[in-house]
Amino acid sequence: MPGDMFSALANPQRFMSFSRWAAPALGAAAAVLMAAGLYLGFTAPEDYQQGDTVRIMFIHVSAAWMGMFAYACLGGASFFGLVFRHSLADAAARACAPLGAAFTALALVTGSLWGRPMWGAWWVWDARLTSVLVLFLFYLGYMALQAAIEDEAKADRASAILSLVGVVNLPIVHWSVVWWNSLHQGESVFTRSGSLMAPVYLWPLGLMAVGYTCLFGSLWLVRTRAEVWRRRARAAAIKAAG
Amino acid sequence: MLDLDMGKYAAFVWPAYAVTAVTLIGMVALSLRRSARWRREAERLRGGDERP
Repeated sequence: MPGDMFSALANPQRFMSFSRWAAPALGAAAAVLMAAGLYLGFTAPEDYQQGDTVRIMFIHVSAAWMGMFAYACLGGASFFGLVFRHSLADAAARACAPLGAAFTALALVTGSLWGRPMWGAWWVWDARLTSVLVLFLFYLGYMALQAAIEDEAKADRASAILSLVGVVNLPIVHWSVVWWNSLHQGESVFTRSGSLMAPVYLWPLGLMAVGYTCLFGSLWLVRTRAEVWRRRARAAAIKAAG
Repeated sequence: MLDLDMGKYAAFVWPAYAVTAVTLIGMVALSLRRSARWRREAERLRGGDERP
């Protein structure tokens, strides 16, 4: 039962026991999936329109999906931290933000490197690109707010509220190519009539995307463990000083 | 057969893969280093083994 699993993992000791084996297992799965995705990606034929730049898609789309997924995780952890005052949820939110910011930055940079040969521009103020930039700024804002407030409980609450405001941006990112005329490619992987992408590109993209998800999961667990230890060390230091 | 000849698009494809590799490896290295550092610090201050 997912609910039972969630409540079990809300116990920090159980979380530490679980994450001790889950983090390396996910990391190993990520390495295998990404290696397979890269192999298929570099054995696929050139696209008839985009040529070899189509290979940027495997890392660009995966990074973009991960930037959004990580923000949904950040929003979820922030919600539980804010509503239930659960320290493990606060730790998970704090651990998630740098990872999400890195994936979003990768999506922006690789997108720019794909856009230049295809559109003739490194950047356009298109709805999709702009909303992803806003997503990146929400990550930076979250981390800046965490760093700016000395009282950690207040910092967790304030940054959780900010992250929940930013959740509004997720559907805007997703549907920006539908709601507005966009230079960016529209939906092509998940459409009502199935995927519009040829299987020879869909398979490496799928493997890379699942590999990125496993990598994010692994690193999120590693960083949340670090955050738990940091909070334990801080509590011990305060107790020793007081 | 691996196709590593990106032709006229090499100046865009390889930098995209390079920046991705550097970022992902950096994320792994920084996360592991952070975890090891705070585990050691918690063990030092709490005086015991922090495993699991």
